[in-house]
Amino acid sequence: MTKREVRFTVNGEARAVLVEPRRTLGDTLREDCGLTGTHLGCEHGVCGACTVMVDGQPVRSCLMFGVQAEGAEIRTVEGLAAADGTLNPLQRAFWENHGLQCGYCTPGFLMLATWLLERGEPFGEEEMRHVLSSNLCRCTGYQGILDSVRQAARELGQWTESAPG
Amino acid sequence: MNWVGRRLPRTEDPPLLRGEGRYVADIAIGAKVVRFLRSPVASGRIATLRPPALPPGTVFASGADLAGVKPIRPALRRFDYKAVEQPVLPLDRVHFVGQPIALVAAESAELAEDLVEQIELEIEAEDPAVGLEAALAPGAPQVHAVAPGNVILEGAIRPEGFAAAMGAAAHVVEFAFRSHRVNATPLEGRGGCAEYDRATGRVRLAASCQMPHMLRSGICDLLGLPEADLQVIAPDVGGGFGQKMALFPEYPALVWLARAYRGRFAWIEDRNENLTASAHSRDQKHVLRAGFDAEGRILALEADILADVGAFSCYPVTSGVEPLMALAEYPGPYRLPAYAVRARGVLTHTCPMAPYRGVSRPVITFGIERLMDRAAAATGLDPVEIRRRNLHAEFPAKSPTGFVLDAASYIEALDEAARHLDIPGFRTAQAAARREGRHLGLGIAVFNERTGYGTPAFAARSMEIVPGYEVVDIAMTPTGEVEARIGSSPHGQGLRTTLAQIIADRLGVEPAAIRIIHGDTDRTPYGWGTFASRSLVIGGGACQVAADKLAAKLKRAASRLLQCGEEQVTLRDGEAVSGTGASVALKEVARIAHQRSELVSDSVGFNLAESGSYDPPGTFSNACHACIVEVEAATGAVRILRYLVVEDAGRIINPMIADGQVRGGIAQGIANALLEEIVYAPDGNCLSGTLADYIPPTCAEIPAIEIHHLETISPATLTGAKGLGEGGTIGAPAAVCNAISDALSSFGVDVTEFPATPPRVRALIRGAMIRGKA
Ligand code: FES
Ligand code: FES
Repeated sequence: MTKREVRFTVNGEARAVLVEPRRTLGDTLREDCGLTGTHLGCEHGVCGACTVMVDGQPVRSCLMFGVQAEGAEIRTVEGLAAADGTLNPLQRAFWENHGLQCGYCTPGFLMLATWLLERGEPFGEEEMRHVLSSNLCRCTGYQGILDSVRQAARELGQWTESAPG
Repeated sequence: MNWVGRRLPRTEDPPLLRGEGRYVADIAIGAKVVRFLRSPVASGRIATLRPPALPPGTVFASGADLAGVKPIRPALRRFDYKAVEQPVLPLDRVHFVGQPIALVAAESAELAEDLVEQIELEIEAEDPAVGLEAALAPGAPQVHAVAPGNVILEGAIRPEGFAAAMGAAAHVVEFAFRSHRVNATPLEGRGGCAEYDRATGRVRLAASCQMPHMLRSGICDLLGLPEADLQVIAPDVGGGFGQKMALFPEYPALVWLARAYRGRFAWIEDRNENLTASAHSRDQKHVLRAGFDAEGRILALEADILADVGAFSCYPVTSGVEPLMALAEYPGPYRLPAYAVRARGVLTHTCPMAPYRGVSRPVITFGIERLMDRAAAATGLDPVEIRRRNLHAEFPAKSPTGFVLDAASYIEALDEAARHLDIPGFRTAQAAARREGRHLGLGIAVFNERTGYGTPAFAARSMEIVPGYEVVDIAMTPTGEVEARIGSSPHGQGLRTTLAQIIADRLGVEPAAIRIIHGDTDRTPYGWGTFASRSLVIGGGACQVAADKLAAKLKRAASRLLQCGEEQVTLRDGEAVSGTGASVALKEVARIAHQRSELVSDSVGFNLAESGSYDPPGTFSNACHACIVEVEAATGAVRILRYLVVEDAGRIINPMIADGQVRGGIAQGIANALLEEIVYAPDGNCLSGTLADYIPPTCAEIPAIEIHHLETISPATLTGAKGLGEGGTIGAPAAVCNAISDALSSFGVDVTEFPATPPRVRALIRGAMIRGKA
């Protein structure tokens, strides 16, 4: 099948890649951009391991074609830590609260939670559970993940004890 | 400084959090992509198999190409086990939907999949045997000729005097129950990348596996390769839960390809393959009959166990693992004077069975804990009291199948759980809710978990391949770090952190100075990987032995430098300190031992390397799980309101990691109780091929889990630790289903089939209401 060129930015860096139109964004990031931090757990839109941010929204990169990302601003897990590897507050919270075991689901949860934390509307327990129930983790039983996101939200001033409204 | 017992954050985490882990699919980028053609029918003869037109640079292979590769033939040294063979790629017959038949390798996954679709395949379909009942029916289609009647294994115990023991019972409780088939569903599926090294003629296989050495042995045996010519690596592994122990045909096929075409070939399975064609578990039916005396003490238990093991046996543990574990471990933590059992493994034309966290124990715990509740009702005792009367209280105790139960806290854990639950308070709330038409229930599950068992335990199972021991090679480098090479192979358990905690205490260094090296057959001693709640106990014990030997060597070298007797030297805070307080940094001792060896070599030789091994008899951790649910009568939906665990795993090395194991296991156990089920159509098609059909829980279904610890330090293990990796999955189905049964008690029905999905719970209620009207 013929390949097409797509241009977008990933973590602020401009990229131009040649991909088949049927290649998913997840495969495009992993295979054509070398960004293997984004994981594929089902490739049918259920597990959320492949979650990245596209133009400020969390997106399942297995449900979008690479060519659909033309002109988009994409963020992946590789863009979260500082250049020297220092973890950001959300990543540090996952470390301190045992928010991961095998780590396979972790990039997806980090990107989903990043969206929640950057949205600018404080959230509480119920909304956190609602949003994070988009993704699957097979190892942790979720408590460590919820504890991590709660801690990060508190630290970043995004937490309310009871959800607004 | 005591590092053991601290909630040390894991050394594994920072790279994983930065997206810098390396899983097999990450390693595989750039390799030729392998896709398999899988059987669309459950049973039949391959009539036509023709490759597609192959573009340059692509490869097609089928059973004919792999004619020199031996079939996978797991074996038990038991006369009642029938050794069935699984070809890596079949020549003539298929045995289950999803069985690999042929493969294509191409530049991209897209192209490989296109080509697989163009393979010409015709199968003359035959009637399959699907499900326990169908496979055991007279005249059922035979899955393998060597196993007539589709029974691959049959074990039985019936002691003399059993009938008399049962005959003395004041109450007899009898019921059948059904545990449906599940898939372990690690979030990362299986996958491998095999690369031929033209310079050395060796192959390096990176595989998402739990037992790298075992995988190497298995593949080399099939291909007739010297083990020295195959390196197996388990890189970061995205969960395994037992599923990734097995030798699957895809791996020898990859190594064959790499050698035949002198290249790099990778297969990364998709979710559909994982759900339908990796391995399934827990498809069992049990019939229990038990006699109790008038005071509710169990006198005799008779169990008839059937396990659907699918179409082939799994290497190395064989498909005996489920029926035989159920047979051996049914009595659990209870005193049982007389035990009779028959267990059969039944072949069907479905995906093969492999171990899944807990193996048969979630099923037998469901059985015995339902039995206790039914017996409580029959004898008029409450569920806590009947358990208290029957649990072992004196140790060491002996089980009817010959296990020695080391010190544990069966009754204490039960009482502690009851205290936290406030059962009288709950009963009041339950009665009040019932008056409003709401159905609350409380369920309890007490169990023990056999962990950390070494060679003798596996040898007793008559396995042809006997796992068990662990060896740890430890050394201090010239710059003073400690390298420990282990045969265990963690995949999310955090062993790099916990083993470093153990070693740090023995050597008086910080965990940060310790590197745990694992998952690479070129760099680690032969070992058995990570499964059966063994690694912290056995690998940890071997680390302790090895570290103690290294500590002795360091003391010996330091005593030369400090000019004192070696018995006066202690190691702490990175130094060797003499009785007078004189000290030398361990880094300095390490440098001298390697680079100024003339000063110490007559005492310690020319390096700081030691090896330790450990092969314990095994221990039993224990727990009590308790659960409160609300059942919505109109829909059959179940909501968990509270979940509580009292866990005793002996000495806890890292409480944060221990709790994580418990919580993760319980989430899987709750899923087993309520949600997850692999369903087959009668024609042998698997209907659970996506995560929309097979539904692992999200954080919306898993409640906060309260964990309370007891610490019975095990005399049976070196570190005092007992394993706990599987406990969560073991207790949860029984606790949740018992709670549902309690909630349904006003309807006079109970749960004898799990997962207790809304349709099943609703059917129970509807049946009771119809009977009530009649
Ligand atoms: S891989 Fe995209 S949702 Fe699972
Ligand atoms: S940490 Fe393994 S899937 Fe979440």
